[in-house]
Amino acid sequence: MNELYEKYIKKESLPTLFCPGCGNGIVQFAAIKAFEKLGIKDELACVSGIGCSSWIPCYFKMDVMHTMHGRALPFAEGLKLARPDKKILIFTGDGDCLAIGGNHLIHAASRNIDLTVIEINNYIYGMTGGQKSPATPEGAVTKTSPFGSYDEPIDGCSLVAAAGGTYVARWTTAHPLQLEKAIAEGIEHKGFSFIEVLTQCPVQAGNNIFGEKSPVAMMARYKEMTYIYKEGMEIPEGKVRIGRIKHDTSRKEYTDKVLQKLEEKNIKKGQSNG
Amino acid sequence: MADITIDKACCKGCDICLSICPKKIFVRSKKRNDYGTNMPEAVNRDACLFCGMCERLCPDGAISVRKTEEEKEK
Repeated sequence: MNELYEKYIKKESLPTLFCPGCGNGIVQFAAIKAFEKLGIKDELACVSGIGCSSWIPCYFKMDVMHTMHGRALPFAEGLKLARPDKKILIFTGDGDCLAIGGNHLIHAASRNIDLTVIEINNYIYGMTGGQKSPATPEGAVTKTSPFGSYDEPIDGCSLVAAAGGTYVARWTTAHPLQLEKAIAEGIEHKGFSFIEVLTQCPVQAGNNIFGEKSPVAMMARYKEMTYIYKEGMEIPEGKVRIGRIKHDTSRKEYTDKVLQKLEEKNIKKGQSNG
Repeated sequence: MADITIDKACCKGCDICLSICPKKIFVRSKKRNDYGTNMPEAVNRDACLFCGMCERLCPDGAISVRKTEEEKEK
């Protein structure tokens, strides 16, 4: 077993419940590498919702909340306000984050609360058997869209950037080094950080959407269908933009505002006002 | 020579390491892991560049690449 894996993962719950070739493990390892780089294991807490990707933090040797479907963000906001000293990571999937918890995402982003959301996008509801998710591309045949999906997919990064999130990035599992760097940057950034990771789901998405079951072929495809924006370049059509999309340090953070207000009113934290 | 170990309890036989290694160090073997699939084997370890891609891209953290004492001295 890998040295870092041994340090951060509960051995007794291995092997993980992910299918062979699943990208969630790659994201897990990138997160571990980022923790190691920052050296902040004791300051961290993780929150997750329901779904394949929400199982990622459940293997970590640290404080973890595995909460209701789509409600990871409200739980995390509560935890952040109760313990402003903790750095909080949220692992969530595309259905958990954009469909069931979509409204929570918009409001957390507009508050600019100091959380790091890692949205693992595999284009499908994997755990329940391959239903259409909000990120499923148009025309994809899934269990619940047998004639091809009619809906336009929701772009999580644009949504968060528009709602007011201050750090927005997108990477794929084929870019593990950049992903690790982005997670470290997201944790260090004070404000709402949103990192979307395109992962391969060889079992459900590979079967239904992409038509290839090999995880390596899917990762190669992700490399092909993405581009990194550089100043003044022509935007290729039909490709997904990856890299750091937004980084804004000018907005005020929500926890600071709340604590400042409490101080003005002479209320100690944890004391009731009455 | 690199000290490459593949954990039998973690590996699930997804074959990502076979194609990701730039020096093609991993090959298919007949050994079974605990999951019940065929696991890779590390051959030609002298060619290892220590790029760490196999460690990073293994979804189960099964691969560990360490430098041996001779390599460290170099």
